[in-house]
Amino acid sequence: MKRIALALLSTLALATVAHAAEYNQVQADKSRIAFSYQQMGVSMDGSFKNFSSQLRFDPAAPEAAAAAIEVELASIDTGSDEGDEEAAAKTWFNTKDFPQARFESTAVKALGGNRYEVAGKLTIKGTTRDVVVPATFAQQGDAGVFDGSLTIKRGDFSVGEGAWKAFDIVANDVEIKFHITATAR
Amino acid sequence: MSAQYTATAKALHWGIAVLIFGMLGLGFYMTGLSLSPTKLQLYSWHKWAGVTLFLLVVLRLAWRFAHRPPALPRHMAPIERFAAHAGHHLLYVLMFAIPLTGWLMSSAKGFQTVWFGVVPIPDLLDKDKALGDLLQTVHLSLNFALIAVLLGHVGAALKHHFIDKDDVLTRMLPHRLH
Ligand code: HEM
Ligand code: HEM
Repeated sequence: MKRIALALLSTLALATVAHAAEYNQVQADKSRIAFSYQQMGVSMDGSFKNFSSQLRFDPAAPEAAAAAIEVELASIDTGSDEGDEEAAAKTWFNTKDFPQARFESTAVKALGGNRYEVAGKLTIKGTTRDVVVPATFAQQGDAGVFDGSLTIKRGDFSVGEGAWKAFDIVANDVEIKFHITATAR
Repeated sequence: MSAQYTATAKALHWGIAVLIFGMLGLGFYMTGLSLSPTKLQLYSWHKWAGVTLFLLVVLRLAWRFAHRPPALPRHMAPIERFAAHAGHHLLYVLMFAIPLTGWLMSSAKGFQTVWFGVVPIPDLLDKDKALGDLLQTVHLSLNFALIAVLLGHVGAALKHHFIDKDDVLTRMLPHRLH
């Protein structure tokens, strides 16, 4: 009897280990980083075509999760060629000297339900700031899907200098939205 | 003394004419600028003024449907009458179609028009770069067509005044100018 109970217990334990999937294989083709902002009161949006990300997330142990995302700023799509060129220029991202923007998580907090709070460091154009990103997690088939958004002030990172420094034409607030799909190995 | 255009018709004709000349100048000027806050500002003004113009044109067309213009002078040959009517129709069509293509172009390019930054004009078209570029070419071509027709229009008005010495120009001028 004791033996059977032990065997049962160990299979149960094994089963939970197997269930506690760690999502760590980012599916680039099902992931997206977009942004939106106001231009003279008009909502505008765009996205970044190229970025790489590493993450590990186990719903059973969210505190142990970590994420790092690197965005190729020159891959920006503002909706017009002229806009893309301008965004890469010195006054905006200065992609020659600062080709990437980087986010690296420092702590993940579970807020209950499927909501989490990811604290981390965001580096754009040589300036690093602490940010807290609200995110949600959803299981879709055998993949995990992370969604979230963060509003930053472009002025904090000197994005838009010179004639663009004022916020009357292009607003200071920029909302960054991400949608990242990862599978477990 | 023969019939004049009504004060409303005159006000709409000259108000719209001044706006259109301004829009032609602004349109060609702003597209030549390199991207800057000034350029974005001018684009917005062009779109706001363009929508305003469109509303005035709608008003003008409604007025025109309800009011017959004074008859053309008796000395005009059938071919001249035809040219006058065709030219005026073409001007109405262009006045209507140019702002319309401007708005559709903006929609297709993904830059919504918000009238004076307050009233959002719905985007009829989804974002589509190829269609946006095509509509930009259409907007530009219609503007060239407008300039060509206007040259004929102004030329004809001056010919009536200085060569035929009839009242075609003066009956469109504000009352105190003649
Ligand atoms: C009667 C009214 C209008 C006139 C006479 C006019 C005239 C012009 C002209 C001459 C240009 C320069 C063409 C070029 O170089 O490509 C232009 C460009 C433009 N127009 Fe208009 N326009 C009118 C109404 C509008 C409206 C209502 C809108 C939008 C709501 C609009 C949006 C634009 C845009 C976005 C461009 C720039 C295209 C580019 O980037 O090259 N226009 N317009
Ligand atoms: C963007 C500029 C202009 C537009 C869109 C425009 C359009 C028109 C249209 C559609 C009509 C016909 C009115 C009708 O009977 O239904 C008209 C009449 C007239 N326009 Fe213009 N016009 C413009 C500029 C000018 C200018 C600069 C002149 C002066 C040289 C002018 C002189 C006249 C005259 C004299 C008439 C009366 C013709 C008649 O008595 O039958 N227009 N215009």
